[in-house]
Amino acid sequence: MPKPDSLQGSLDLMVLKILSRRPRLHGYAIMSAIGDMSGDVLRAEEGSLYPALHRMEEAAWIRAQWVTKDTGRRARLYELTAAGRKQLAAEESRWQAVTSAVNRVLRMA
Amino acid sequence: MSWWSRLANVFRPDRLSREIDEEFQSHIDEAIEHGRDPVEARRALGPPLRLREQSRDVRLVAWLDSLRADAVFGWRQLMKKKATSAAAILSLALGIGACTSAFRLIDALLLRPLPVAEPGELYALARQGVGPAGNFRTSDANEYPLFQVERSAVKGQAELIAVSYADRTDLTYGSDEEVEKAYRQFVSGWMFSSFGLRPALGRLLIEADDLKPHAHPYAVLSYDYWTNRFGRDPKVIERTLRMGDDLYEIVGVGPEGFTGTEPGTAIDIFLPTMMNPGVTHSDWSWFRTFVKLRPGVAVEPVRERLAAINQAAQEERAKGFVGVPKQRLEDFLHQELVLEPAATGVSGMQEDYRASLAALAVLVALVLLIACANVANLMTAQAAARAREMALRVSIGAGRGRLVQLVLVESGWLALLAAGIGGLFAWWSAPVVVGMINPPDNPARLFLPADWRVLLFGLALTIAVMLLFGLAPAVRASSVQPVSALKGGDNPHARRRLMHALIAVQAAFCFLVLFVASLFVATFQRLSNRPTGFSADRLLALETITQRPQAPVYWDQVAEHLRALPGVETVALSSWPILSGVGANGYVSTNGAPPSDVLAYFMNISPGWLNAMKIPVVGGRDFRPDEVFPRVAIVNQEFAKRFFEGRNPVGRSFERKGSPPIQIVGLVPDACYRDVREPATPAAYYPLQSVDDNGALQPIAQATFMVRTVGSNPLAMASTLRREVTRARPEFRVSNVRTQLEINLSHTVRERLLARLALFFGLVALLLAGVGLYGVLDYSVLQRRREIGIRMALGAQAVDVARRVTADVFSMVLAGALAGLALGFASVRYVQALLYQVKSTDPGMLALPALTILGAALLTALPPVIRAVRIDPATTLRAE
Repeated sequence: MPKPDSLQGSLDLMVLKILSRRPRLHGYAIMSAIGDMSGDVLRAEEGSLYPALHRMEEAAWIRAQWVTKDTGRRARLYELTAAGRKQLAAEESRWQAVTSAVNRVLRMA
Repeated sequence: MSWWSRLANVFRPDRLSREIDEEFQSHIDEAIEHGRDPVEARRALGPPLRLREQSRDVRLVAWLDSLRADAVFGWRQLMKKKATSAAAILSLALGIGACTSAFRLIDALLLRPLPVAEPGELYALARQGVGPAGNFRTSDANEYPLFQVERSAVKGQAELIAVSYADRTDLTYGSDEEVEKAYRQFVSGWMFSSFGLRPALGRLLIEADDLKPHAHPYAVLSYDYWTNRFGRDPKVIERTLRMGDDLYEIVGVGPEGFTGTEPGTAIDIFLPTMMNPGVTHSDWSWFRTFVKLRPGVAVEPVRERLAAINQAAQEERAKGFVGVPKQRLEDFLHQELVLEPAATGVSGMQEDYRASLAALAVLVALVLLIACANVANLMTAQAAARAREMALRVSIGAGRGRLVQLVLVESGWLALLAAGIGGLFAWWSAPVVVGMINPPDNPARLFLPADWRVLLFGLALTIAVMLLFGLAPAVRASSVQPVSALKGGDNPHARRRLMHALIAVQAAFCFLVLFVASLFVATFQRLSNRPTGFSADRLLALETITQRPQAPVYWDQVAEHLRALPGVETVALSSWPILSGVGANGYVSTNGAPPSDVLAYFMNISPGWLNAMKIPVVGGRDFRPDEVFPRVAIVNQEFAKRFFEGRNPVGRSFERKGSPPIQIVGLVPDACYRDVREPATPAAYYPLQSVDDNGALQPIAQATFMVRTVGSNPLAMASTLRREVTRARPEFRVSNVRTQLEINLSHTVRERLLARLALFFGLVALLLAGVGLYGVLDYSVLQRRREIGIRMALGAQAVDVARRVTADVFSMVLAGALAGLALGFASVRYVQALLYQVKSTDPGMLALPALTILGAALLTALPPVIRAVRIDPATTLRAE
């Protein structure tokens, strides 16, 4: 299974994408979503997810809020900001460009 | 994350760590809920400590990074417009510097605890009540025999310490030729140990040195004096010094930083109280009593104990009074004993300058606020010019907090640079102000350490200033609406409202500062112009002492010798110089009636003294050479008014303490006696030479030669005269030479200081307010040039344009000035004690600041108005 780290920047992209579809998720839910959606091919390293989330929060792409859930536990929910939306668009097109370039190389070789 | 929570994160890293930990815990809980093994879930997440560090670094480092970027950007912004930035920084620096300087003075004189053990347990004993002159007063002067009784009565609860009033005295270390001056203080031998002080060299005074009168002539030098006079020479121990007739041996040096208990005066030499002749006199009040409570003892019981002893002693003492009016006797017995906290020491300078320093502090704070308003307006105007930049930042995703931070960092630069320059200003100016407090030959010695107290104050002030002028513009800049700003049509009215409000505030503060300054200046002028009743012109006062009291004939010989010197016009003798602060008073009676309860003041003079002082004799005659005290007197007109219903008193007589009648031989106009502020006091002049009950002439130990010189600078003759006095008779020595003018001026030192500083800050306030007004008008003309262009194109006259541009701002200035007037009236009662014959309602006092502000406003409005009416409609409209 490829480590997300080896796919440069792909973790940020996936997190942003997931948050754009489903706002207000906590860290565990984001991690599960990556696993579910990739058919368990990709799994976010739990250890690198949080630093990434905090970094993106610092860059103001996402914002976080503490909520108390019905179970009484507190959870930190993340959602996309306007800046994050722009970032997502930019990263998405970059990703498309890179993967299509890689695909071209694979076909031609 | 908001700017605030980020700032909070830096200062409260614990909370940040807790939040991160909580999030991880919540993750693991979630994992367990989804059926995962707790241990596996924890391992998958990784070591919590490292994770926490990573996340913390992300949050803090990013903020510091952005701060650094903003700092660089802010610096560039400042550098771009050097002139405006320099003006802003300098005006802030002046404000911060002046405030810090005022704080240093106030702290050093009034707030800083003495460098002794448990200063909070220290109290000063004082008696409150109606004094001999008929006014309410607090007196902290005490008598030694009573002190001894009081001390033993409260032993166990408190220690009583006697500390004499500091006095500047003559002393010699070697030959009698080299007289020098030093501040000496008689202190209880146990003072040093009670204060927990250790010697820097040798030993300090101990209780054994202070038990028998005149038995232990030991002296302890202060560290400061040891450093300045002896260069910290350790061989100073066992050296001797002579003061008056006593020879003292130096036994040690006090600890560094301890300069006595009188802020404003640094004691040079400490002596045991037992060396003062006052210790055996129950009617000599010559020292302060400090009460140091033992741990856990309450003040009130000690006070009650002391009050009872004091009352009994006063009643005993009153029995010995002769010739004291009944009412004054009552007052004497109805004084209340109080214990006042004395952690900061006790000094006359504290009392004299408390209100003045407070008034000055308020003035400089107002100047600082005016400077802040200026810079706030400047930043607001700049924010307007940068609205598009801000809008751009917002549209590419900068948060509001990020913009606030950006502008605040720029403010921070301004405040920081201003604080740096202001610190230098405070470092320089505080000692200069202290130097202005006393006459130049005897400056006040106030220690002004630049320690953490001052630094902390400066830092707090800088941050407060930064938030004060930076926050409003920053918040305003961050609330920019990208759409309207980028279209170029941002609504300027809101911004102008803020600037106009600040103009009103500036005008109000400026008016207040000018108003108070004009009150102080008027006070100083009235005091300086008050007629003294004599001529101080070319007059020198030679205070002279002799080794043993000398017969009056020898004093006359010296006077004759001086008279023969070239350059000397007249020479006469008096017991002390007029207005030197020394005085003698008492109650007198006429025609055997009970004594009047008005105090009369006395002074002994030689024949010719009135002539030398240019006090004319309006009735009767001057003394003859053979006349003596207590046979004859010359009185002033106030004396005649009080005791003889204004009739000519010449030829009549009065009595003192049941003495034989003293015959009045002359009448003179009123002259100042002790203080230039005092209204005319009844005064009687006696002959200098006196006889005892048996009619024998009394020798004189000290008197003052009053010398009027021919040359216009009397001080030029000072050293000659000093030498010639000793040449005429070797037993005579001049202990102090001053011009009478200097003595007169010493009474208005405080008023001169206040007037000068208030005037200076008044001008600074006016300048700053003027610059602020100019800036706002200039900005509003710039903002409205399109509108003005259209109006002019439609045919508006220059006058209309000028009125339109200035109307708002001028109404703000007017409103501000009115508010300032109200503030002035409200605050005048706080400075009333500092004023002399000045009424705040005096139209002149109000017109001056009002006219000054109006004039300044007109002057600063001129350039922007000229620019406005010169707008060429064609060019302006084409440019848009």
